[in-house]
Amino acid sequence: MPFVNWLKRHLVVIAGLLTLSYLLLPNIVVTVFSFNKPKGRFNYQWQQFSTDAWKDPCGVADMCGSLSLSLQIAFWATVGATVLGTMIAFALVRYRFRARGAVNSLIFLPMAMPEVVMAASLLTLFLNMGAQLGFWTILIAHIMFCLSFVVTAVKARVMSMDPRLEQAAQDLYAGPVQTFLRVTLPIAAPGIAAGALLSFALSFDDFIITNFNAGSTVTFPMFVWGSAQRGTPVQINVIGTAMFLLAVLFVLVSMLIGNRRGRQKA
Amino acid sequence: MATVTEAEAPPLAPQPAPKPPKKRGRLVPYWLLLPGLLWLVVFFALPMIYQGSTSVQTGSLEEGYKVTWHFATYWDALSEYWPQFLRSVFYAGAATVLCLVLGYPLAYLIAFRAGRWRNLIMILVIAPFFTSFLIRTLAWKTILADGGPVVGALNTLHVLDVTSWLGWTAGDRVLATPLAVVCGLTYNFLPFMILPLYTSLERIDGRLHEAAGDLYAKPITTFRKVTFPLSMPGVVSGTLLTFIPAAGDYVNAELLGSTDTRMIGNVIQTQFLRILDYPTAAALSFILMAAILAMVTFYIRRSGTEDLV
Amino acid sequence: MMTTETSGDVRLTGISKTYGSFTAVHPLDLTVPQGSFFALLGASGCGKTTTLRMIAGLEEPSSGTVYLGDQEVTHLPPYKRPVNTVFQSYALFPHLDIFENVAFGLRRRGIKSVKKQVEEMLDLVQLGEQARKKPHQLSGGQQQRVAVARALINHPKVLLLDEPLGALDLKLRRQMQLELKRIQTEVGITFVHVTHDQEEAMTMADTVAVMNAGRVEQLGSPADLYENPQTTFVANFLGTSNLIEAEVDAKSGAEIVLKAGGGRLVLPEARCSAPTATGGKVLVGVRPEKISLVHADEADAIPDGRNRVTGRIAQSSFIGVSTQYVIDSPVCPEFEVYVQNIDRDSRLAPGAEVVLHWNPEHTFGLDAAQDIDAGVETAEEEAA
Repeated sequence: MPFVNWLKRHLVVIAGLLTLSYLLLPNIVVTVFSFNKPKGRFNYQWQQFSTDAWKDPCGVADMCGSLSLSLQIAFWATVGATVLGTMIAFALVRYRFRARGAVNSLIFLPMAMPEVVMAASLLTLFLNMGAQLGFWTILIAHIMFCLSFVVTAVKARVMSMDPRLEQAAQDLYAGPVQTFLRVTLPIAAPGIAAGALLSFALSFDDFIITNFNAGSTVTFPMFVWGSAQRGTPVQINVIGTAMFLLAVLFVLVSMLIGNRRGRQKA
Repeated sequence: MATVTEAEAPPLAPQPAPKPPKKRGRLVPYWLLLPGLLWLVVFFALPMIYQGSTSVQTGSLEEGYKVTWHFATYWDALSEYWPQFLRSVFYAGAATVLCLVLGYPLAYLIAFRAGRWRNLIMILVIAPFFTSFLIRTLAWKTILADGGPVVGALNTLHVLDVTSWLGWTAGDRVLATPLAVVCGLTYNFLPFMILPLYTSLERIDGRLHEAAGDLYAKPITTFRKVTFPLSMPGVVSGTLLTFIPAAGDYVNAELLGSTDTRMIGNVIQTQFLRILDYPTAAALSFILMAAILAMVTFYIRRSGTEDLV
Repeated sequence: MMTTETSGDVRLTGISKTYGSFTAVHPLDLTVPQGSFFALLGASGCGKTTTLRMIAGLEEPSSGTVYLGDQEVTHLPPYKRPVNTVFQSYALFPHLDIFENVAFGLRRRGIKSVKKQVEEMLDLVQLGEQARKKPHQLSGGQQQRVAVARALINHPKVLLLDEPLGALDLKLRRQMQLELKRIQTEVGITFVHVTHDQEEAMTMADTVAVMNAGRVEQLGSPADLYENPQTTFVANFLGTSNLIEAEVDAKSGAEIVLKAGGGRLVLPEARCSAPTATGGKVLVGVRPEKISLVHADEADAIPDGRNRVTGRIAQSSFIGVSTQYVIDSPVCPEFEVYVQNIDRDSRLAPGAEVVLHWNPEHTFGLDAAQDIDAGVETAEEEAA
């Protein structure tokens, strides 16, 4: 039975592709429904094709405002978490000091904690301190949970770095500052970039922690959450589709540039 | 000619006094650590303590709360909300198993069979991350809509009869049932399973498969005896990365479920943000944290020893 | 012998390095003359790399001083020393192209116009065409040459090479050995070369220091080390030696007469590094290629005055230019003999009774208090 044999040999591939389609199905639905013209307040059922939402993406009250707020928070959370996390990562890899174990667990724990627990306890702190919930409390929370991810990403990169590279720089007349700027930092850059990118994605998409600590401030995920109760405008799908396409485009372009460079030099 | 002398040093011109070896920058690591660790201590560790203290307070919003070591809150919270706790563990466990079953073939495909498509598939696994997960979760409302093609197909195949009998679905509906919630959880945390699995599979030398085949192992035996044991680190971290957030999640239960599918996250959220019963909410959150830490520790220990077998 | 002009010599005096309770290098005095090609040879963990790193400034000595010419540099950081290193596995900066790798040291010293110098240096190592490639795009041999160029362009007083050929395959290694030797002759800079490969050390260096367990066992020219080993470690680590336990019977003039396994051997006193009281024990050594082998039937044809040992062939292996025999003899259970394939005697097969004989001048004497097998295993491991 040739067909059964073929099936046997490609079973893994078929199963993998099925999983991939499970992962992509919602994105396809989001894209298709960004061209819908729903009858009621909710955009869950297909009615008719329309490009209205694409022509007027900010046509919904407050949505683009929340989007820009989310982008700002994500930007500053990325900057903060990347700087603090990179410093910790270097300290952990490059130096011996007391209480390493304690430091490592303090960094691991936020990643092993359900978000709702961190969210609730942080809110308790802010309430006890009488802090005004809003932009700053959200930013504080986001830096906190992004920090550990940056540390992990940078640490992996710095650990895999050959210590002889820095010794070679020193041997070639570069002092400690020059060595750091000319050799260590450029080589650690991919790890730092990965940590920063992850921070941005995590912060931009965070809902649970933000929901607890935002007060009356509305980020984009909170806007979407609210609209699930009040009615989902098609523009949400437009934003979702645009973000998906931008991400794919960004990765493809950077890969093409990388390939081109590699080929030119080879 | 070079010379070696064991004892006497050659006479030397007046020597500069030997400088003691300097121990430069002993404080550097502490300065590097300080800002970030302070952040984690103040905004992660300290809140945990505050939460612990809140959970044993009594009082009311109007009159304020006082620490009265009122541990009964824990008992009350547990006796009232144990079904939601149990449900959280059950849903998160089911989602984790599903993630493993669905994610493993895809991770295997990317690591060993994708060839030049590897990068493209990787992008397709990661890219959905960039669309807000709430938007994507709402899309499941469309996919699983009553009378839609998915529900229709499941009905025709009589799958819904079985799942309804098991209590996973209700009649002709998938939405607002446990199945929908588990499906959403699985979907949301699947990449967290695939990425660590891929990382540990990718490290396996492809020649090991050939060696196993050469030593009379059938493909399935090769998988059981070589590939799967070697991918254990990925399986362990993948299941943790899936189970932990799934157990605390309330978004899927809220958007895709009903009042009968409320998980512990929903309860904590409602207590904190709507009912404003802070002691109960804090106690529930504390119990969830303790339970998860205990389970994770136990699991890591177990898998650590099983690795050696 | 000390040369009169010492301005460029590397001098280590009483230098040592300890890590906790482990001593990597015992107090050591060593002078490397200006312009020489010096090799530190030893098995891994013998302290040779640590010694090199103390000269480079990458490791601070626990005691002692390091002089470069008249300048004391013991506590100078590496970036202030006129010394450059070719690192093991090269440590080329992966984010910089070849040109920038080579220009790195010049730029750090504030030199603005580097183009001409870098191009000349790349030409010297025959990599002019590859200037704009990244290190990972080059072959192992090319990367090695970039590492040499990157260090040499700074005109260091001393160039340190830490196992620079270790990552290359055998054929390329041979080629690079000659190449490095050529460069050294051309630029006239002192090279200090760390290696575990005895053949590499002997091919390239003027002077070899054999290190073992944190000490220098012996130092000298390659031929001197090979012909006159003074310890069992050197005898076994450099090439192969047959060592016989013997007892001093008598001294006559410049010769020592020894008893071994019922026979009698002669050893020139000048070639014995051990105390030789009558009745005392001495280890007698001879290299396998110095020995002639004849069938027992022709023992009468052996000229007088040669050292003789009888035995039976246990194994023979034909390897082209020579045949290697292992002889079972009363004085030494595994006596190795290499015979050039000029006229092959078909009677010399396993089981045959034979007589070995050699010129007493090729015999050397070692202190019998040492481990007779020192250096044997390490040499085998490194060769593998």
